[in-house]
Amino acid sequence: MPRTAITLTETIEHLSVLNEHGEVDTDLEPEISQDTLLELYRAMLLGRRFDERMLDLQRQGRIGTFPPIKGQEAAQMGSIIHLKESDWLVPAFRETAAEIWRGRSLESVLLYYNGFNEGTIIPEQQKDMPMSVPVGSQILHATGIGYGAKYRKNGEIVMTYFGDGATSEGDFHEGLNCAAVYQVPVVFICQNNQWAISIPLKQQTRSETIAQKALAYGMPGIQVDGNDILAVYVATQEAVQRARNGGGPTLIECVTYRVMMHTTADDPSRYRSDEEVEKWKLKCPLSRFEKYLQQKNILNDTNCEEIESLVLDRIQTAIHKAEQQMAAPPDPLDMFDHLFEKLPPHITRQKEEVLRYLNSLKTGNRREGEHNG
Amino acid sequence: MAKMTMVQALNLALRQEMAKDDSVLILGQDVGPDGGVFRVTDTLIDDFGPERVIDTPLAEAAIAGMAIGMAVYGLKPVCEIQFSGFAYQNFHQIENHAARMRWRSQGRLNVPMVMRAPYGGGVRALEHHSESREAYWAHTPGLKMVIPSGPRNARALLVAAIRDPDPVIFYEPKALYRAFREEVPEQEESMEIGRSQCIREGDDLTMIAYGAMIPPAMEAAKELEKLGISAEVIDLLTISPLDDSVMIESIKKTGHGVIVHEAPQSFGAGAEIISRLMEGAFYYLEAPLVRVTGYDIIIPYFSREKAYMPDVQRILAAARATLNN
Ligand SMILES: Cc1ncc(C[n+]2csc(CCOP(=O)(O)OP(=O)(O)O)c2C)c(N)n1
Repeated sequence: MPRTAITLTETIEHLSVLNEHGEVDTDLEPEISQDTLLELYRAMLLGRRFDERMLDLQRQGRIGTFPPIKGQEAAQMGSIIHLKESDWLVPAFRETAAEIWRGRSLESVLLYYNGFNEGTIIPEQQKDMPMSVPVGSQILHATGIGYGAKYRKNGEIVMTYFGDGATSEGDFHEGLNCAAVYQVPVVFICQNNQWAISIPLKQQTRSETIAQKALAYGMPGIQVDGNDILAVYVATQEAVQRARNGGGPTLIECVTYRVMMHTTADDPSRYRSDEEVEKWKLKCPLSRFEKYLQQKNILNDTNCEEIESLVLDRIQTAIHKAEQQMAAPPDPLDMFDHLFEKLPPHITRQKEEVLRYLNSLKTGNRREGEHNG
Repeated sequence: MAKMTMVQALNLALRQEMAKDDSVLILGQDVGPDGGVFRVTDTLIDDFGPERVIDTPLAEAAIAGMAIGMAVYGLKPVCEIQFSGFAYQNFHQIENHAARMRWRSQGRLNVPMVMRAPYGGGVRALEHHSESREAYWAHTPGLKMVIPSGPRNARALLVAAIRDPDPVIFYEPKALYRAFREEVPEQEESMEIGRSQCIREGDDLTMIAYGAMIPPAMEAAKELEKLGISAEVIDLLTISPLDDSVMIESIKKTGHGVIVHEAPQSFGAGAEIISRLMEGAFYYLEAPLVRVTGYDIIIPYFSREKAYMPDVQRILAAARATLNN
C-alpha cells in the first residue's frame, strides 16, 4: 500500500489579447463587426461617464451612497454582450454598466441610489435579477436558474457576477459545486478588482488565481486580463458556447481594478497607496479600447466627439427625469406594497393606520386613540 | 472624564480589555488598518498587531465559527459583523453551536465570545443595512442579547459582554454612533448584563424602549411634561435575558404603558414585554398597553425610512391614546 500520486493534468490559462498600449495579438483577435465594436465602445463610455456623473451628484448630496464601477467597464461589457435577451443576468451590486446594457434605465439607477424602491423595477419580460447586496449570495440563485433552464431544455443560459471577496463566502463554494455537479448552463464572472473594501486579494485567498478554484469543483476556469475587452469577449464567448451546448458551467476570472472608492462612504486612502492606483490607471480599459478602434479606423476624432456628446445628452436627460421624480416626496404607503401578493390583514391594518396618521398630521386635527401602531 | 461618541466609547472598551487580558482578540472584515467601516476598531491594530486584530476574508460563517473555536480554546474573541443584515450568513454557527455548546457538552465547554454588529435604521443606508432583528437572537436559547443606548452604557456593557462566560450578541444602534457625546470615565467601568434601568422618573405613564428608540422616547417624555403628564422611561439595555422587575414596578405605579421599538411589530420584543407585564402587573393596569413599532415590512430604503421609524409624534399619539382610554 504505497503512497501514490494522483496526477492532475489541469492548468489555468491566462488570456490577454489587447495590451495597455493598444497593441493586439492578431492570432487571438476575435472577429467582431464594426457595428458591434462601436456599440461596445458606446456602452463602455456610457458606463464611465454615468459613473463620473453619479459621483458628482453624490458629492452634491443629490443621490445617496453607491459603488463606482470605474475601471471595470471592459469586464462587464466584454461578457454581458454575449447574453441573448432570453438569457439571465444575476448581478451583484457593481454591475451598473452591464445592467444598463440589458435595458435598465439610467433613471432607475439614480432613483435606486436615492432610496426609492421604484428604482428596482425590472422591465416585464426581462430576465434579470435585482442587484444583490449580501456578498456572494446571488451565486446560488444563478445555479438554481441554470438548473431550471436545463430542466426545461429551452436553451437559456445564465451569467452571474461577483467580486474577489465573494469567493470567500460559503455561498460561492456551494454555488460552484452544485453548478458543476448538475452541469448547469451558468457562466460565473468574477471581477477580481483586487480589493474587498480594505482587504487586498492576498489576504482574501492564498490561491494564486481565482480561476483555479474552478478545478476543485470540476469545471473549466480561465483567467483573463479584465481590462482587455477583447480577452473578456473571447473567454466569455467560449464559456457561453459551452453552456449552450450542454457543456456545463465555467468560471472566468477577470483581473481588473477598482479605481475609485469601494462605495462613496469609503475612504481608500486608509488602506492603499496612490502609486498603486496610478499604476492601474495606466491600464485603463477604455483608453486601451479607444486606441484599438482608432488603429482600425473605426473611431476618429469626429465620431468620437459625436459619441461623447450623445452619451452626455443621454445622461443629462436621465438626471433631469429622475430629479423630477425625486422632487416629489415619496408616498410612504408604497412601502407596504409588494411584500406579498395579497397583503395580509395585519399589514393592511398597519397601512391604514399610517394613512390615518398622515392625514391627521395634515389636518392637524388628530383624533385621540387613532394611532397606536 | 472625556466626552465621547459611542464609537469612541466602544473603542475604549475594546482597547482597555485587550490591554488587560491577552486572550481578548478581535476578528472581522476590515477591522484592521481600515478600523472597521464605522471606525469602532480604529488604530487597535497599531497597538495590538494583526495577530489580535484579525482582518478576515469576507466570510461571516468563518468569522463566527472561528470565534466559537477560539472561545472553546480559551480565548475571548470579539467578532465584528459589518452590518447586522449580514449576520444571517453566520446564524447557523451561532444558533447551532455557540448557543448550545455549554448545554451539549454538559457544562464541559463554553463559548465566551461576543458578536458585535451595527443594527437599525436612521442613517439612510441601502438595502440590508438597516434592519432590526434582535428578536431572532433573543428567541434563541443560550444567547444573551444586549443593546446599549449611549456612549457610557455602550462602553460598560461591552466590557461586561467580553467578560461574560457565555455568548453575547451585542447590537450597536448605528443611528446613535455619532449622534451625541457623553462623559465616559477613563477608568474601568462595567455594567451588569441582564438589568434594565429607569432613566427618567414619572407617575402617569411608563415608556419602555431600548437602543436608538431611547432619544425619541425621552423627547416624548419631555413633551408630555409640558402637558402636565409625567412619564417614566425605562431603558432595557439587555433584551435577553429580559429584566422585567423594573418595568413591572413602574407599571404598578403608573398603570399605563407604551412600548417603543423600531423592529417589526409582530413577535418583536414588545410582545414579550406586554406578556411579562400582564403576568406581573395585570391588576394595576388602567388601560391596554400599547406598542409603537416598525411595521411588519422590509425596512424601506432611505427615502421612506422616516415614515417607517417610530418618532416623537407617534409616541405622543400612543401615549395620549392609552392615557385617555
Ligand atoms: C454578506 C456580506 N458581508 C459583508 C458585506 C459588506 N460588504 C459590502 S461589499 C463588501 C466587499 C465586497 O468585495 P468583493 O466581493 O471583492 O466585491 P467588490 O466590492 O470589490 O466589487 C463588503 C464586505 C455585505 N454586503 N454582505
